Amino acid sequence: MQTIPRAYLLNRLLTLFLTVFIAATLIWIIPRLSPVDPAEIMLGRMAAGAGAVADSEAILAQLRQNFGLDDPLFVQYLKYLWNTVTFNFGLSTATFPTPVSVLIAQALPWTLGLMILSLIITFFIGNLLGALMVWEKSPKFVRVAIPAAMVFTSIPPILSGLLLMWIFAAKLRWFPLTGAYGLTVEPGWSWDFAVSVMHHGFLPALSIVIVTFGFWALGMRGLMITVQGEDYVTLAKAKGLRPRYILYKYMIRNAILPQITAFALKVGLLIAGQVLVERIFAFNGMGKLLYDAILDQDFPVIQGVSFVIILMTALSVFIVDLIYPFIDPRIRHEVAS
Amino acid sequence: MSDMPLTRAERKRQRRIRRFDNPWLNPKLFWGAGLLLTIIAVGILGRLFWDPELVFVGSGIPKMPPPGFENLRGQSGTFANPLGTEGSGRDMLALIIIGAPNSLYVGLMASLIGMSVGIFLGFTSGFMGGRTDDVIRVLSDVMITIPPLLILVVFQSAFGDVTLTMMALLIAGFVWQSPTRLIRAQVLSMKQSGYVQMARLSGASTWHIMFKEMLPNLVPYLFGSFIANVTTSIVTAVGLEVLGLGPQRIPTLGRTIYEAINAGALIQNLWWWWGIPTLLLAVMFIGLLLINLGLDEVSNPRLRKLKL
Repeated sequence: MQTIPRAYLLNRLLTLFLTVFIAATLIWIIPRLSPVDPAEIMLGRMAAGAGAVADSEAILAQLRQNFGLDDPLFVQYLKYLWNTVTFNFGLSTATFPTPVSVLIAQALPWTLGLMILSLIITFFIGNLLGALMVWEKSPKFVRVAIPAAMVFTSIPPILSGLLLMWIFAAKLRWFPLTGAYGLTVEPGWSWDFAVSVMHHGFLPALSIVIVTFGFWALGMRGLMITVQGEDYVTLAKAKGLRPRYILYKYMIRNAILPQITAFALKVGLLIAGQVLVERIFAFNGMGKLLYDAILDQDFPVIQGVSFVIILMTALSVFIVDLIYPFIDPRIRHEVAS
Repeated sequence: MSDMPLTRAERKRQRRIRRFDNPWLNPKLFWGAGLLLTIIAVGILGRLFWDPELVFVGSGIPKMPPPGFENLRGQSGTFANPLGTEGSGRDMLALIIIGAPNSLYVGLMASLIGMSVGIFLGFTSGFMGGRTDDVIRVLSDVMITIPPLLILVVFQSAFGDVTLTMMALLIAGFVWQSPTRLIRAQVLSMKQSGYVQMARLSGASTWHIMFKEMLPNLVPYLFGSFIANVTTSIVTAVGLEVLGLGPQRIPTLGRTIYEAINAGALIQNLWWWWGIPTLLLAVMFIGLLLINLGLDEVSNPRLRKLKL
């Protein structure tokens, strides 16, 4: 077991810190460059709800004070950074006065669940198929069928989601059209609820799986081509080991490891794609929360969701970078690339 | 090559061999480029042969199906709207003639800008080394982790409407990192190679070494990275449009899908409304994938032997 060199750890930590810091700063600066005033939007919503609002100037001033818009910009910025670090994103303006962090805490488990599930499935399917594409003992149809299926993997999951929704939910009615669980079941640790969740989650997961497995398969294919020519594979064949044994124990095991780093590059796109899938399926995750917030011009929620998703991405990359050398002892933690 | 004059048959044969030996004549590259050019051609020729004014709201009866199909109201489609109409009476054919090139435009534009920035930063980083290199490397490492969609969502919800070019510029801010990293890595390894040392010893300027000696070797990689970025840019643009952001007054494929979902087109079986833009985008992405696979084979001869 090796230990992580301090310089490497510091380097990765610095990158993680900078990513989060830059993202948070961008999220803070952008709305402030805009001519739109959040207090006026809030007032507009009140006016739309009540017909007319008396003392609108006084309310505007009060709202600005509540939002902290009266402070100097630098103070606002520091306050914002502190609040962000403590996951205090303020109050949602659309569902006032629910704290944004509460909304996010409700949505996050759904998003994480869907993401981890579909990721595990695609990782296994994709790598296996990629390996089979190169393996000389694969049946002929595998070598023809997989590349044909791979063509669809260039498509973003939202398009496959629409197609699956239409076929399996609107036409065949095998699966529900929207939502993360049925309207009639009570959320809780019950059997009915679990079944309902799985029933609702199937299509969103499938639409992510069928368009992402090709990414892994393609990478695996490239790695397998390299492994195929290695001496130890030739030796294993010469020893008369069973081809299947060679495939699993000699080829895939050696080829699969660099695939884990590929995840680090892809994770951002994966998460962004999933946000859109959640939006079209009205799946109760971060995507739906974000979409609803956009509709309502609910800035605190938009900022909070964006920040949390970027944080998730940065953390996954950080974790992959750290654990990868433990999985593959051939790689050492390099300080600079 | 001998100086002996060749017979006509020999010359012909040689030309043929040379032609088939050219890695750029790759079938995948050819098909991918063909698909994209078809979409561009539809956009250009369509404007000549079909009335682009039909893209305006209320130019036809809403929710008309393509000819040969019936909608829920029992109306059957006519050739006045060969691909049907959407929920507010826009003609679908006119919509894709105007909308499809818009998506490609955003993708190409964003990727082109990203690529130029990437080439510049990559060379700078690889050649200068030291502090400059550190800053560029860390910055590209950091920016590659931030998903563009989220920052753009914040931007657009704060600023409201944007133009296509503005959206392309915004996306370009997130696609310069991978070319930068790619070029930096290549420049670092090429700096040590014989021909670059040779050029340096012969007194070639840095400029000459960068653009005449190194850049030609990078072309297949650059193309690959360019195409990958076009895909990322279009995915991001469509993502924004499907969330209801993006340009509000210009017809785009993503916005059409957005309106279709919101109007419940799936449950009303208005498949042409969401299906046609979806299909078109799918064709676009498949074309880009084929080009990318073809370029992979161009730059990595080992892959050529394997059939994909």
